[in-house]
Amino acid sequence: MSLLIDAWTVLAVFSGVFFFLAGTVGLLRFPDALTRLHALTKADNLGLGLIVFGLLPQAVDVWMALKLIVIWLLVLIAGAVVSQRVARVARAQESGQ
Amino acid sequence: MMAGLVLDGLLALLVLAVAAWTIGVCQTFAATVGFTVYGLLLAVVWMRLAAPDAALTEAAIGALTGVLLLRAAIQLAPSEAGLNRLRPALKLRLLAGTLAFAITATLAAVVFHLPEPAPTLVPQVTAQQASTGLGNAVTAVLLAFRAIDTLLEAVVLIFALVAVWSLAPDAAWGGIPGAQIKGGSGDVRAYLSRLLPPVGIVIAFYIFWVGADFPGGKFQAGTLLAAMGLLATMAGLIQPPPVASRGLRWALVLGTLVFLALGLAGMPLAGAFLAYPEGWAKPLILLIEAASMLSIGVTLGLLVIGYPAGQAEQ
Repeated sequence: MSLLIDAWTVLAVFSGVFFFLAGTVGLLRFPDALTRLHALTKADNLGLGLIVFGLLPQAVDVWMALKLIVIWLLVLIAGAVVSQRVARVARAQESGQ
Repeated sequence: MMAGLVLDGLLALLVLAVAAWTIGVCQTFAATVGFTVYGLLLAVVWMRLAAPDAALTEAAIGALTGVLLLRAAIQLAPSEAGLNRLRPALKLRLLAGTLAFAITATLAAVVFHLPEPAPTLVPQVTAQQASTGLGNAVTAVLLAFRAIDTLLEAVVLIFALVAVWSLAPDAAWGGIPGAQIKGGSGDVRAYLSRLLPPVGIVIAFYIFWVGADFPGGKFQAGTLLAAMGLLATMAGLIQPPPVASRGLRWALVLGTLVFLALGLAGMPLAGAFLAYPEGWAKPLILLIEAASMLSIGVTLGLLVIGYPAGQAEQ
């Protein structure tokens, strides 16, 4: 049973890391601010979600698991708000030029 | 073991690379971003060294100084292109390089000649920790064994705020600090600053409370409280009180006053300044931490908000 759980953790965390990697490649390769933000937020939200999902069965108690989920939700909110602000500035600069 | 070593090696290389880049890059803005990343990496380094208290403080302070430095960098941006063109003479650069190298070499020599094993106070702390009733050795050191340092650090923060406020023009003195922000209620900032503070305040009190027995404490909690206040201020939902406000002044010095009062009370009750009576250490320390958390939060928030600039310039 514990082997199965460990296998799940490794699989989910590696998938999460893959999304982070993809997001970083997108950040470096995509042509403008809006597409870069798209790559970054999609990848980070899903990537971190998978990592948290993978770590959940390893949590020592329910509180630890809840804290992990709260961390993921807080990063989701922060990412969404910050990218909205950055996108707003980027669009204002584009229309100004 | 091997994987840990590889991870630590990569981390050390990354920290050095970001540090070198931060110094080498010409634009202040880029250097500021580099410095913020450097602070976050240092937090990871502290975690690898099994010092979560230092990591939490580094992350909290890094975020705060990052905001302050970014704002300074934005103000400097228009004038710095001209300054960058004025390259100092070769002799001066050689001299600066030699000096920097000498300092680094001396530091390296000192580090390599540290006595082995390094002198440590850990056994004394472990032996005496039970007398404080605290489970977190870092909190025990900060608020019992080296309380005088912590007291003076809190005073330094207030001095820093006085220095920031002293930049205010005479006409604006006593007014509301910072720029007046008109926020629309449909703005995403307003949404965030309604959604996040309830969560942030609960987490701040949680970090303060577990600080007695686990990593955490008043400083990290105070930074979170400051961040929540700043969110609402930057969205235009609340306004900081005028710097002449008496309530604000009391909030600023409350932590230091409680610390000093209990420290002085220790002289008749426990026989020394900043000593706690037998069995009372933990509740008194929690009281000091609670008051300090409020004061640190208000001070840090006001440090970011800035000085009263008056209505005319807004």
